Amino acid sequence: MTEWRYWLAEQRGTLLAIGIFVAMFLIYATNHPAGFSANMVQTASNKATLLAFVAMAQAIVVITAGIDLSVGMILTLTNCLASWIVVGTATETALGVAGVLGTGLLCGMINGAIVIFGRLQPIVTTIATGAMYYGVALMLRPNPGGSVNETLADALTGRLFGVLPTSLVALAAAALLIWVPYSRSVIGRAAFATGSSEVAAYMSGAPIRAAKFAAYSLAGLLSAIGGLFLTFFSYTGEAAYASGNAYTLFSIAAVVLGGVSLMGGRGSAIGAIFGALAFRTIGDLLFVFDFDPLWQPLFQGIVLMLAVSIGAFGLLRVRNRLEWFG
Amino acid sequence: MSAAEPLFRAEGLSKRYGGVIALDRADLEVHPGRIHAILGENGAGKSTLIKLMVGVVAPDEGRMMLGGREVTFSNPSAANDAGVVCIFQELSLIPDLSVADNIMISRPPTRLGLIDRQAQRRIAEEALERAGAGDIHPRALVKDLPLSRRQMVEIAKALSRRPKILILDEATSALTASDVTKVFEVLKRLRSEGLALLYISHRMHEIAELADDCSVFRNGRRISTFAAGTKTDAEVIELMIGREYKHAFPDKPVREPDGRPPALQCRKLGWGDRLRDISFSLHAREIIGLGGLDGQGQRELLLALFGVLSDISGDIFIDGDKVVIDSPVAAKSDRIGLALIPEDRKTEGLMLPMSVRDNLSAAAFDRFAQFGIIDRQQQSALIDDMIRLIEIKTASPDLPVSALSGGNQQKVVIAKWLMNKPRIILLNDPTRGIDVGTKQEIYRLLRRLADEGAAILLYSTDYDELIGCCDRVLVMYDGAIRRELAGAEITERALVSSALNVDDGEPAEASAQ
Repeated sequence: MTEWRYWLAEQRGTLLAIGIFVAMFLIYATNHPAGFSANMVQTASNKATLLAFVAMAQAIVVITAGIDLSVGMILTLTNCLASWIVVGTATETALGVAGVLGTGLLCGMINGAIVIFGRLQPIVTTIATGAMYYGVALMLRPNPGGSVNETLADALTGRLFGVLPTSLVALAAAALLIWVPYSRSVIGRAAFATGSSEVAAYMSGAPIRAAKFAAYSLAGLLSAIGGLFLTFFSYTGEAAYASGNAYTLFSIAAVVLGGVSLMGGRGSAIGAIFGALAFRTIGDLLFVFDFDPLWQPLFQGIVLMLAVSIGAFGLLRVRNRLEWFG
Repeated sequence: MSAAEPLFRAEGLSKRYGGVIALDRADLEVHPGRIHAILGENGAGKSTLIKLMVGVVAPDEGRMMLGGREVTFSNPSAANDAGVVCIFQELSLIPDLSVADNIMISRPPTRLGLIDRQAQRRIAEEALERAGAGDIHPRALVKDLPLSRRQMVEIAKALSRRPKILILDEATSALTASDVTKVFEVLKRLRSEGLALLYISHRMHEIAELADDCSVFRNGRRISTFAAGTKTDAEVIELMIGREYKHAFPDKPVREPDGRPPALQCRKLGWGDRLRDISFSLHAREIIGLGGLDGQGQRELLLALFGVLSDISGDIFIDGDKVVIDSPVAAKSDRIGLALIPEDRKTEGLMLPMSVRDNLSAAAFDRFAQFGIIDRQQQSALIDDMIRLIEIKTASPDLPVSALSGGNQQKVVIAKWLMNKPRIILLNDPTRGIDVGTKQEIYRLLRRLADEGAAILLYSTDYDELIGCCDRVLVMYDGAIRRELAGAEITERALVSSALNVDDGEPAEASAQ
């Protein structure tokens, strides 16, 4: 019983995010004109996956009490790069994918190195590097264009066994192969420790620098996976400034919806994934209820505000006012 | 002293910080199976000695021998690996991680490269058990634990590293009396297991109970080492402060009842099940102590009076008038005139990176602001007066508070609230972790404030302080006032027995009106 309660306390943010998403998705699915179908799930999942990857990236950095404002630009850069190199024969395509992922990883490593060794604020660092990454993206694709290995693209945006959206499987695989081992490793725990109290983590001999470096690097890698999928959906590369920035901002929103504390030290990438899925569902909800798409930003803002407020409800019941600031 | 070969020996250790000599050719021998107390005022070099021993800083001169071999530690983990582990005064726990994660933070058990949670939990439970804190759940988050339990986790964390030399730097200052008893049992058991323990504390009776050897440091040097119990407290304190030790506590004047209503009166104050039926009166020119084990509602009582808690039942009277105090702003208003000097000066009392000036001003801006604009000249004048009045040692009021010593930081906290000219002063354990000299200054200050007409409610975990400083003591137990002691009734025996909610044979009964 008590064990169960401790588990609940640990997972509360993540469970809340799952709850919000499930509720919103059920409303969406039951009101969808075509009804609940594999087709509908596939479309919805393809739209949400990109943000989910970027949100995972953001969550991993935010947990260290940092922030990465370059995730959207890494996505844009890797999208442009993929539209050049993920083409040709199977071998060429495989090398291309590796190149794209490696580039994302490198971008993240640059962020990490500057934050750790340059001792610059993450927010300033990643604004600057984000601009640089966008600059490179613009060099690669001054105009939208390029192509991608369509067999691979269709395979990864289609359905597995006719029902399961492949993009969703890829998302789950990334969570399972990247997030789960990371969060259970010594480095991952040092990342939580650093986010919670950097001084205490240092005094305890936790590997702070390695943890931050790993966090920014993984964020780069996950953003690159997002960039790759963007290419698979669109078949082209485009250095779209507004869309890159939107991904960055939405990733922060998704992370907050997903129960990750912006103060660091608390949350999970799983929560962030569901935060991203929930955030994307808002737009779909407006669609099924025949609202003008112009309403979308306004509604996204309201839902975000409401979701964040749920976390704050506890404060209304606080009987010791000092806990407001805890 | 033991004749055997020492486990650890320091020879001619020196450390300078800029022009300041923190440690001046200090030496020390530590023997296995003994508890060695280190005494000295803040700034005597104790902290520096420990920092050298655990590799936080490197010595300028001198050497350290461990088990007959010379050692140098480049960082804390190197010292830990060699078996020298310190429980620092500043907590090193990570609030958002679980107790088990914290205990095993630096070297968790792993399987296939990932943390083996089952094994980790087992080791953590074992360490907690060894520290006498088996009641703490290993999955609980550290931030949900009260300060005293966190300190127990800190001790368990140190034990899990299997030290040969365990250093406790004010490790009991946050503990409740029952925890102290448990920790003492643990320390004595570790001693019998052959560990060497270095014990640093400002509490004389703890040292009397635990220590085998005592070393006194002053001005960066070891002044004297002697077997425990061979010197009186007064002699020891004389060694520490280097001047004759007369009265630790100022005299208590006899207060004539003046027929005025009490400055502060509570009637049947309650807050959930944490505060029950609290009734007492506090008069001007009186110091009332709040005693009892830690966590019996003393802190909540102070917070309740200061308007921090909501849904309080019962009545509060100020100068005989019924009032409602629903926020700190109301509490410090002129009509009520309360001030609360908080316990945790680092988080609740001070803004560390800000200057002494800004800190002193924080609670009293309206004293020298005109229409919301701060009058700089008036501010400076008031602040200079205050720094002189309570003898804060700072080169300039513009230095950040973090640059001051702990004792002077605490004086800034007190001064900050005095800026407001409060009539009723609530203090939450103001002398915790402060050196003897500063403590005495604070005692004198409290008595002077009382003589000048303030009413003071002092919560303290230090029995000597309650005995020496207070006109009356309310001993709390489980959220209620268990007993009121006055004058000569305030003895250590009476305090301890009523704190533990047992009768000590004396007929006195809880008589809080």
